[in-house]
Amino acid sequence: MFVVRPSLARAIGAASRLSGRGGGTTLPGRILLGMAPDAIARLGAELDGPIVLISATNGKTTTAAMVAAALRAAGRPPIHNKAGSNMNRGIATALLEQRTAAPGGGGLFEVDEAWLRPVAAELVPDLIVLANLFRDQLDRYGELERLVDDWAKMLETRVQRGGDWSLVLNADDPLVSDLGRDADGAPRPGVVYFGVDDPSVSLAEPQHAHDAKHCRRCGAPYQYERFYMGHLGHYRCPDCDSARPRPSVAARRVELLGFDGSRVEVDSPAGPINFTLPLPGLYNVYNAVAASAALLQLGLGPAAIATSLEATAAVFGRVEEIQIEGRRVAILLIKNPIGASEVLRTLAQPAQPLELWIALNDKIADGRDISWVWDADFEPPAELILRVTCSGSRAPEMANRLKYAGWDPARIVVDDDLHGSFNRAVAAVEPGGRLFALPTYTALLELRTRLADRGLAKEYWA
Amino acid sequence: MNLRLRLLALYPEQMNIYADRGNLLFLRRRCEWRGIGFELVRAGIGERFDPETADLIYIGGGQDRDQLLVAEDMRKTKREAIARAVEAETVLLAVCGGYQLLGHSYQLADRTVAGLGIADLETVRSNDARLIGNVAIELPASDRPADGARVLAGFENHGGRTRLGADAEPLGRVLRGHGNNGSDGFEGVRLKNLFGTYLHGPLLPKNAWFADYLIGLSLARQNGGKPLRPTPLDDRIEAAAHACARAAAGLDR
Repeated sequence: MFVVRPSLARAIGAASRLSGRGGGTTLPGRILLGMAPDAIARLGAELDGPIVLISATNGKTTTAAMVAAALRAAGRPPIHNKAGSNMNRGIATALLEQRTAAPGGGGLFEVDEAWLRPVAAELVPDLIVLANLFRDQLDRYGELERLVDDWAKMLETRVQRGGDWSLVLNADDPLVSDLGRDADGAPRPGVVYFGVDDPSVSLAEPQHAHDAKHCRRCGAPYQYERFYMGHLGHYRCPDCDSARPRPSVAARRVELLGFDGSRVEVDSPAGPINFTLPLPGLYNVYNAVAASAALLQLGLGPAAIATSLEATAAVFGRVEEIQIEGRRVAILLIKNPIGASEVLRTLAQPAQPLELWIALNDKIADGRDISWVWDADFEPPAELILRVTCSGSRAPEMANRLKYAGWDPARIVVDDDLHGSFNRAVAAVEPGGRLFALPTYTALLELRTRLADRGLAKEYWA
Repeated sequence: MNLRLRLLALYPEQMNIYADRGNLLFLRRRCEWRGIGFELVRAGIGERFDPETADLIYIGGGQDRDQLLVAEDMRKTKREAIARAVEAETVLLAVCGGYQLLGHSYQLADRTVAGLGIADLETVRSNDARLIGNVAIELPASDRPADGARVLAGFENHGGRTRLGADAEPLGRVLRGHGNNGSDGFEGVRLKNLFGTYLHGPLLPKNAWFADYLIGLSLARQNGGKPLRPTPLDDRIEAAAHACARAAAGLDR
């Protein structure tokens, strides 16, 4: 039963009326928090079932969607901020709007990196999944080291709250795996590591935007045996005992099948989890392994996890494919150097002629600073480009980056009319062909809203 | 005449936080497209270099921990070489953290870190907000090429406030944004052929004219001591990018 005090009840009522008007993934939460600042803690305390928080620079929406789908299939649907609104208002909105959901499913929230500490202080999570930290929006988040320090403080606070809880960490990210030990270097209880253990998908050279160079404990430069993605890989510190922990949930065999997905075999304490993942790229393999580790902690078995991962549907703007006038349009969000580099690496394998639309916006949610496009590796598909349209508020600067990545300037169109340029790019593709659309975050929102108006895509909060 | 530009990147592993590699790539391509030989040499932690082997020296910005490491190493292994290069009028471009390190000192949290003391400036912390945003500055007549270009557009993101000493000239005057400290209206530092600035974005891709200006200065020794005027390229995309960056900073609107 809900035990709701009158002030919170009034706030819920006011916010609910607004949420009925359609579309807001943050407005009801904003109203609610304005009237009852402790609403997240109070609604969270009433949740029946485990509370799971997932944070990372890249992949949190997809990983959360994978976990949510498996829990739903197991008859335990969680309250979930599935639209990707991952700051306090989005989480409050999800708690408010879904609070009458079936009991027992608990809450599953992807949380913005910078919001994790305050949210974890209110929600008292039973499981925290931390997947990676990459260079992203320096004008908003600041430096990575500060975020890691903030996460370490968040864990200390959680420890002080006591009780049984667990922590799922990426063994391959030294910034993240170090959080499995406390300030004195002692292993924390309840930690599960996941990672990739297949050298065949490692990189010949490290990618450019490589950030975790120095041991968190002693400052010596890490030595890497191999890199998988950005600074994710197998590393050790030459001067102290810091090293990649051995992951208990590990992708032992990975076969990348280009844009179509991958075949993955995961070893786990509960037995092998083998599946064909319908999402492309090693970055989605990492998401699936993180989700597997989390789901094992939540009590699901290997067979249920594998079945659910095989049925993974693309989430909002992450590898969605829609049909427009006889053409296929694949939408892939790009938002930071490593994420964009992984998308471009995936598009270049296997080699195929490519038609692209890239929209670079510089609104606050994108990061006002667009220098990151020079840290992303746009080079791999340079020889494959038939035509690329650059759009968004900084379209000419996107074109400039591509020219210096070796893309033929004669094949680059600059057109800052977001919707018009998109329609023209679609129309330029041969019927039956495919356009890859790579928008930054706010460009994705604009595009998605327009496509929904045309009945070509669902409203993103639906 | 076989021209060749030897670019020395200082600490590219540590000092690359704001896509500094874009500046290096931009210089490389613009040399290659003109048939100018291009050679990139790196000098990292513990490595010394001969100042006579570089035509252009570049250093970018880094995260706090890296910058601290670099500050110590630079004083130990590179100060003399950098000072000699600046004295010999070698071109030196220092962006953001690299710019701060050229001064007498900078503050990191509550400690003061010694810099190289090559440029007469110091950087202090402030309890006020970081200075973040699009920025445009105007260079003085002495730094304008014949075509009249005079504006640099970029992005700044720095907590430190830099004050120039009595002996230092600024790189330019702030048109939009904050500049060195958000209060005196100046940006960067200028000394012989040393250019220090907070503008990233990265700087050179947003300002192709300035990249060419630096290439010209760097090749002066191979051009009888006179700055070279690099042959024009098809810069329609670069010009549009420059206009876009200026507009983002609030110019020309």
